[in-house]
Amino acid sequence: MIKGRSYWADSLRQLRKHTLAMYSLGIIVVYILVVMFIYLANWTKTDVSFLDWNQQVGKEYEKPNKQNILGTDFLGRSVLRKTIYGARVSLTIAFWASIISILIGVPLGAAAGYFRGFIDDIVVWIYTTLSSIPYILLILAFALVLRGKTLNLNSLGLGTISLSGISTVYLAIGLTSWVDICRLIRAEVMKHKQREYILAALSYGCSNSRIIFRHLIPNVFHLIIISFSLRFVGFIQAEVILSFLGLGEKNSPSWGAMIDAARLDLPKGYWWEMTAATAAIFLISLALNIFGDALRDSLDPKLKVQ
Amino acid sequence: MIAYIIRRLLYTIPIIFGVLLVTFILFNVVSGDVSDQIAGKAASAETIAEIRAEYGWDKPLFLSWDSQFINHLKNSLTFDFGRSWSDREPIIDKIKQGALPSLSLTIPMFIGELIISISLALIVAFFRGTIIDILSVFICVVLMSVPFLSFILFGQYFLAFKWGLFPVYFWPDLPLPQYVALPILIGIVAGLGGNLRFYRTVMLDELRNDYVRTAFAKGLGTGTVLFRHVLKNAMIPIITQVVLAIPFLFLGSLLLERFFGIPGLGYLMIDAIAARDFQIINAMTFIGAILFVVFNLITDICYSIVDPRVSFE
Repeated sequence: MIKGRSYWADSLRQLRKHTLAMYSLGIIVVYILVVMFIYLANWTKTDVSFLDWNQQVGKEYEKPNKQNILGTDFLGRSVLRKTIYGARVSLTIAFWASIISILIGVPLGAAAGYFRGFIDDIVVWIYTTLSSIPYILLILAFALVLRGKTLNLNSLGLGTISLSGISTVYLAIGLTSWVDICRLIRAEVMKHKQREYILAALSYGCSNSRIIFRHLIPNVFHLIIISFSLRFVGFIQAEVILSFLGLGEKNSPSWGAMIDAARLDLPKGYWWEMTAATAAIFLISLALNIFGDALRDSLDPKLKVQ
Repeated sequence: MIAYIIRRLLYTIPIIFGVLLVTFILFNVVSGDVSDQIAGKAASAETIAEIRAEYGWDKPLFLSWDSQFINHLKNSLTFDFGRSWSDREPIIDKIKQGALPSLSLTIPMFIGELIISISLALIVAFFRGTIIDILSVFICVVLMSVPFLSFILFGQYFLAFKWGLFPVYFWPDLPLPQYVALPILIGIVAGLGGNLRFYRTVMLDELRNDYVRTAFAKGLGTGTVLFRHVLKNAMIPIITQVVLAIPFLFLGSLLLERFFGIPGLGYLMIDAIAARDFQIINAMTFIGAILFVVFNLITDICYSIVDPRVSFE
């Protein structure tokens, strides 16, 4: 008797066979661990020496040497420490932007695909409008306008949140990037709605919300995962551009800010800060691209060979 | 067919309205009356009131015939964007000035990118499954993972500054063409990764179809199949994506223009951002959206001509 395998187990097995993807996953996990470690150190207020990016460790603009592996910047701070700390900004922003865009896009897409009619028209109108505006301009406009405003959540009992550096960036990116996931979910929900299991659920009196949350969303979940992993790269790159334009985090190092500083340093021959930031971004982007592709290949039901 | 076109045309109206609504909410509701910032520190109350009247912030937001919203609609639709905040020039003039340099950068980049990507995609599809294919996919992913900024910075540093193959920065009095050569090159290389992967996927998807199998069964070689059959059918999704990219040509490339000093629309945008000049950003956002809507319409109409199934939706 052949033991049956579930869809997820099958995908996992196929994914594990893809060695390059597994190495990429390893790299991603390393990055995540570094960022969690940074947050832990900040939260418990312990002083970990190699995270203290603000400390002057050498002369200004030292080339990479045995003491400072990646050299120093214009204030004599270690580039290695700045690069490690910069991961915090990039990954936090990408994470929260992804969460926000999923939280907006999935419910709207599911509602539009399931209820059709007027709700569908409204949602499609909203996202067609948003996608007509060029992405960079939209993010810039949001980021500029949200700067310095405070979010008044007193009605929810959360008090006022002052929008600064990081929160402006991930709000701007999140509020503008939900369109793709919304479209995907909507199309998939429309396809699934015709299937028999939905008709069966309707026939025994299942309520609409129960159908959506208990049946439809788990079945489109693989799209959410794929979209998450592939869009993460885009968000990291968007953060780089925003930081470069001066709209990002100012108080702690970020990779975009490091590249911005390097712009003036390169003609003087100081190449190490920019190379370090570029290498850090490149490595995580490459890992995410490879892993995301492998994930999509393993989760795509059409490619299943039986 | 005509019904489809009319339906699509009518559909653009709520979209344009939506875009105007979004820009209004962003620039008039969330941000708003900044006349004191524009006037500067030592301005008198009269100057501030003048500026406020000029930009219309003294009017009610929505509810009267002379409201800010109605004026916003009127101004945007007549392309009268008022004056910029930083140097008080009429914005429409600045846009007209910046359009040509931007286009002279983006159009060659776009055409070059298209020709190179499609040719390479055809070659890679020819050699599918071999080491060339696998290697090229890997190279594409690598190229896609490098941040665009790094491409520009390293390109400018090595090719222009160190090895002197290209001029580093644009000097206003000299002719433009030699100054856009390097930005065009960098733009093509940076975009190559993603585009080549997409075109390759499209070609390979086409190759999986039954009619291709028939062609091979008849004894046609891979080259003939590719050029005579697959290319035409693969062009449909490619053209869709390509035509939709045309509106972005007008915006210039923000980063390329900034780094190489090309005085186009992208440079205008970057200056506007640095100066927090919302009026210009408002104008550019609206123009970008309008162009996108127009080209989307053209794409859909072309698509319905090419593929008759589309117009029945």
